[in-house]
Amino acid sequence: MDNTKLDINQIFEIIKVDFSELIDFTEGDNFILVSHTKWYEIAKFIKNDSRLLFDYLMCITSYDKEDKITYGLAFNFKSTINHSYLEIRIEVCDEDSVPSVTDLWGSANWHERGAFDMMGIKFENHPNFKRILLPDDWPGYPLRKDFETPEYYRGMLVPKDKTYWE
Amino acid sequence: MSNQDKSIIKAEEMVLNMGPQHPSTHGVLRLKIHTDGEVVSKIEPIMGYLHRCFEKHCENLSYEQIVPYTDRCDYLASMHMNHSYAIAVEKLLEIEIPERVEYIRIIVAELQRIASHLVAIGAFGLDVGAITPFTWALRDRERILDLFEMLCGARLLYNYIWPGGVSHDLAPKFVHHTNEFLDYFEPMIKEYDQILSGNIIFVERTADVGIITPEVGINFGVTGPSLRGSGIPHDLRKDEPYSIYDKFDFDVPVGKGMMGSVGDCWDRYWVRMREMEESIKILRQALGRIPSGDVHSAIPKKVRPSKGEIYSRYETARGDVGFYIRSGGKNIPQRLKMRSPAFCNLSVFSEISEGWMMSDVITILGSLDIVLGEIDR
Repeated sequence: MDNTKLDINQIFEIIKVDFSELIDFTEGDNFILVSHTKWYEIAKFIKNDSRLLFDYLMCITSYDKEDKITYGLAFNFKSTINHSYLEIRIEVCDEDSVPSVTDLWGSANWHERGAFDMMGIKFENHPNFKRILLPDDWPGYPLRKDFETPEYYRGMLVPKDKTYWE
Repeated sequence: MSNQDKSIIKAEEMVLNMGPQHPSTHGVLRLKIHTDGEVVSKIEPIMGYLHRCFEKHCENLSYEQIVPYTDRCDYLASMHMNHSYAIAVEKLLEIEIPERVEYIRIIVAELQRIASHLVAIGAFGLDVGAITPFTWALRDRERILDLFEMLCGARLLYNYIWPGGVSHDLAPKFVHHTNEFLDYFEPMIKEYDQILSGNIIFVERTADVGIITPEVGINFGVTGPSLRGSGIPHDLRKDEPYSIYDKFDFDVPVGKGMMGSVGDCWDRYWVRMREMEESIKILRQALGRIPSGDVHSAIPKKVRPSKGEIYSRYETARGDVGFYIRSGGKNIPQRLKMRSPAFCNLSVFSEISEGWMMSDVITILGSLDIVLGEIDR
């Protein structure tokens, strides 16, 4: 087992050997862009490879690219063994679905549900795929930039942004 | 025995709803508990009853206006939320903070850690039937809230630490009163140990219950005292020192399985007790050497970070809080995500309470020390 802390360039070189056409990295960036088609295989690799060992998935953030088509996911990893840090991003269209990594990292379970809840990103093979914070019948995905707050929810008036603020 | 008789004695799964209005769920958390007799087979936490659209609000507010909203996430450790958010924005802006501000921030953060752990310990005792320690804990916490009131006028939701500085300088006699409190509180920890830590009823209820193994803990992203109870010395104040924590001498207490196995409920409780002692150690060092200076000098006139993303981590009383901020070059963030520690700590709950009795579920939930304001955001 190798216990040296790796920087993003070294990590990219290691992943590139097996998955060269599926990952993308620009010099100077602090993240690696990964294609969603083989994400599960890459995830398995970064978790189990003896040089990487990213055993701690800290956070999954969903974001809107603001072009009304693409939505992104940012995964923040940390290795508790060699203390390397890695950020992986996946950018998908509305109709694509991302393979779930819940069986690799238990923390992915609720974070993926959170990403679906707020940004509408779909995950494949998730053991319990449903909304987590909002009610199951809430219309739309609120953190998308083109989300419009409904006027009524189950007969209750939904206050519009800033209406009652002043 | 006929088939009909067999169906009569067949053990059937029963689904029990606990909460959202239940004193032992520490807030509005609903637990869907699948039980086989008295033994728990699966727990489905259902949350969202306290969802206040924190992340959506952040996309419509300027960076300075978000600070009071962070208060309301973790209402038992608001200073930590202020501090963690301020650090994230400062990283985004790349500004230097005066040393006096850093000292003040660390003093309030460590006082807040003691206050939050007192509630955790008191409420945990209450969950397993010990009522006296809860009243003691709240009595002592009251003195810390008095100190904060002296500092910024608020007792719970402070809005004290701003990006670039703090809202008020130290009150004239703050250091004196804090020292007085520490002199009073240090011997009190021994009294807590006497009434709770070694109490045979308490040990019987908590030792060997709800064990988090190190592998499960890391896999589920458990952090803070809950992970340290499993024997892993993971503390961001030591591992990746932010602010000026590298200047202080303190230890990271970990669970050793003194009453049962490593990682049980008692260990998580014990780590919180010892962490209060470490906080006192840091406070005594910090109070002795506060430099002079202006606390408002580094507050930026306009917070308008350039385009980019940041993931900033901070050790709160509950664990590792992360702020992922995407800046689009405006005075409002494009996307702000808070990785809340209690959210991840709660996700391991179903895993570790499998096979325990109904009464142990309350114990395990209490030992995880969740705050629903932070889970639901």
